[in-house]
Amino acid sequence: MALLEIDNLNRHFGGLHAVNNVSFSVEQGMIKAVIGPNGAGKTTLFNLIAGNLPANSGTVNFNSTKINGRKPYQIARLGISRTYQNIKLFHGMTALENVMLGRHIRSKAGFMAGMLNLPWTWPEEKQIKDRSMEYLDLLGVADCADIEVSNLAFGQQRGVEFARALATEPTLLLLDEPAAGLNIYETAEIGRLISKIRESGITILLVEHDMSLVMDISDEIVVLSFGEKIAEDLPHNIQQNEEVIRIYLGYEDV
Amino acid sequence: MQYLRMTPELFIQYLFAGITYGIIYAIVAIGFNIIYNTTGIINFAQGEFVMLGGMTAITMTAFMPMPLAIAVAVLITMVIGALIEMVFIRWLESPSVLRMIIITIGISILAREAALHTWGESVRALPYFIGNEVTSVTILGAKISPQVLWVIGVCSLMVAGLSLFFKFTSLGREMRACAANRRAATLCGINAKNMVTLSFVLSAGIGAVAGCVMSPITYSDYEMGPNLAIKGFTVAILGGLGNSLAAVAAGLLLGIIEAFSVSVLPLAFQDAIATSILLLILFVRPHGLFGSSEAAGLKEF
Amino acid sequence: MDLWKRYIPVLFLLALVVAVQLITHFTETSYYLTQLTMSAYYSVVVIGLCVLMGYGGQISLGHAGFFAIGGYLAGALTTHSLLPIKSHGLVAFLHKIGLLVASKDLYGGDLLTVEPWAACIVAVFTAGIIALAIGGPVLKLKGHYLAMATLGFGIIIFRIALASAYFGEADGISGVPSFKLLPGLEVSGSFGARVLNYYIAWMVVIMGIILLLNLIHSRVGRALRSIHGAEEAANAMGVNTARYKLYIFVLSAVFAALAGVLVTHYNGGIGPSEAGVMKSVRYVAIVAVGGMANLWGALIMGIVLNFLSLRGVFGSYDDAVFGVILIVIMLFAPEGILNINPWQRLKSLFSLLAAKPGENTTE
Repeated sequence: MALLEIDNLNRHFGGLHAVNNVSFSVEQGMIKAVIGPNGAGKTTLFNLIAGNLPANSGTVNFNSTKINGRKPYQIARLGISRTYQNIKLFHGMTALENVMLGRHIRSKAGFMAGMLNLPWTWPEEKQIKDRSMEYLDLLGVADCADIEVSNLAFGQQRGVEFARALATEPTLLLLDEPAAGLNIYETAEIGRLISKIRESGITILLVEHDMSLVMDISDEIVVLSFGEKIAEDLPHNIQQNEEVIRIYLGYEDV
Repeated sequence: MQYLRMTPELFIQYLFAGITYGIIYAIVAIGFNIIYNTTGIINFAQGEFVMLGGMTAITMTAFMPMPLAIAVAVLITMVIGALIEMVFIRWLESPSVLRMIIITIGISILAREAALHTWGESVRALPYFIGNEVTSVTILGAKISPQVLWVIGVCSLMVAGLSLFFKFTSLGREMRACAANRRAATLCGINAKNMVTLSFVLSAGIGAVAGCVMSPITYSDYEMGPNLAIKGFTVAILGGLGNSLAAVAAGLLLGIIEAFSVSVLPLAFQDAIATSILLLILFVRPHGLFGSSEAAGLKEF
Repeated sequence: MDLWKRYIPVLFLLALVVAVQLITHFTETSYYLTQLTMSAYYSVVVIGLCVLMGYGGQISLGHAGFFAIGGYLAGALTTHSLLPIKSHGLVAFLHKIGLLVASKDLYGGDLLTVEPWAACIVAVFTAGIIALAIGGPVLKLKGHYLAMATLGFGIIIFRIALASAYFGEADGISGVPSFKLLPGLEVSGSFGARVLNYYIAWMVVIMGIILLLNLIHSRVGRALRSIHGAEEAANAMGVNTARYKLYIFVLSAVFAALAGVLVTHYNGGIGPSEAGVMKSVRYVAIVAVGGMANLWGALIMGIVLNFLSLRGVFGSYDDAVFGVILIVIMLFAPEGILNINPWQRLKSLFSLLAAKPGENTTE
């Protein structure tokens, strides 16, 4: 059974069918990409998987458990983590603190324990800190640890967001346009990073505009257009797919 | 029996009392809506416009005939509205909601304190427009003060005038364009900042008019604003924030509920009714009685 | 160690508290201690609200309501005599287990009232339960709606206090007895107990601030701050944001209620003005001036502004002063006045000017 199975998923906003009967699955250990023109419903799809939006119909199964209808924090605890197209870091907190938040579901000190600063929470805090530093280091932004995130450069912010997502030790990582706003060198870097993350055993589903990156790293590609799935295949075949070429080059020949 | 028995005359009397207050709440609610539509701000000082209109008119009657005094008072209040916008709001670059809430609360406190130090704590009233407090006309067997008809008439006219203004004048349409999409409106050559000033002027103006016509019946004092504001806000939410026609319906509903509650609830609790309704509606249907939950799903509450 | 860094300001505060008391003792100005005691209690409300607003990102315009719930319940329970219903089963039972105390009133009449400790627990617990109950639906709201809902809650509490005979209507409750915390440790406004009460109040503040400092530096505190930073992302990291918002709302309500209880015993009474909307606005103003997410800023401003206000420095312009403070701070220093660093402002201005010509050279 696949790690993530999406079955006949639907979501509309008034008359707009943002996600229309979409089905596909993501096997354990693969990198799967979702591509499509602007407004194809990619981000809506992500929001449906992560629980930020309720679906009108259809199911999302993760590890054979139905997850649509659950709250985002519950889905996160099941092992799905994500990054955002327009980076969403916790402003007013340092890079390190942002990543430490990623360790939230992997630690357990509660309200009272925190307020009374009970000694048994100390080793846990230290461990959260050490692990978070490791993730910052992995992303090459360890030297930003104590800087408030609003003061970081764009590329560094993206690094912190990745570190935060990885710190939750997810089974499935959702990446929403990880290369958006990056130059070609940074994009290549992020491609290598994504492959490295997959090698550590994390399954990846990503939405991306940058075709070279997608073709380079993904094992399979799903193409969405106006909310509908129009193709699902290996990168090599997608490049040859006439329908896909048509929606990307325009409708003049219709 | 402890409470009055409901006779048809009494019923009509309560009904008119309810409509009178209800339409005033609706005017305050429309004031909220006008500013909310162009700025996304809830102006917590909305009730103070009503207070300033009434109090200024009362002072002016010492120097001039009442119609002129009212006109001058409304103009002064409109100028104050414009000044408030220009001094406190205009130059802020995308302020947070929290910041705007606190600023408008501060403005409301200042307006109230200024009124306290100008006019003192005493309760005042404009004279009745026709006759005095015992003059009455008989409608369906109930004795109704002509001032009640003034309030209902003037406020209805304002509502009608405003909807014509927003529908048929180019200025009104420009304001609505700003409400719908500020950036697009700016690109079309509309000066969005001036539209915001205008919205403050308009809502100060209608508040002041309401403050004048209601003054003979409800009296005016420096601290009448917050109570009116909370009721106006309740009405605005009941009708769905930004929807002025629904606000009229909601205003009448609240006014009538309050009027009839006198016969079942101790007077001391009367002012808590609107607040309880406010909490209830915020918890259950924050998009209002008449709003659609579909559209509300896209809004932030 | 980090822990030291956290507690050093607390030690400094402790030293300052003692120093102020000694100074007032030697300069024979100990009448200031009364206002400092009151300011300390009000600051407990402020620091609780600070954590809710600054760290949790939720505004509350109804905290005077929680203060009043604490104060009024403690006042009414320890003042109204239960003698007329002495034979009632429940009253008899409470009497038997020692939760009621018999005393004499001013005119020598017999009184049977609730023991202050029991009343305090009931009052604070009630405030917590009410916060828990309304917090669920209230905290789903954002922005204006949240502000209005909390304001509405405050108004309802105010109206109830004003309209019920049990809470003394417009007169409030007076003749509230003192509160024996421990043998020899009594919260009361009597002249001889002034220094003692000053220390009691400040111990409460210090304990409160230690608890809150611990909280905001803990795992839960981090989660709270993340809600303020980006609620959606916090949720996606597995933080149950709704529950944490509720916790912090209840906690701040409990702080306010506790302050209400202690102030009522200290003053020997409470009136409806304590429940008024202006009071709630005032607490918000102080937190805003202190810089929202700045516990120490809120505490300092809480002490300074309440002290000045209680000393009557602002005269009849008391409310106006708070209005002006609110506007000026929000217009010019939304991060709070303690966060204005003139030196840094100047430096950033220079770097901005320096960057302009620098841009040309990089071309």
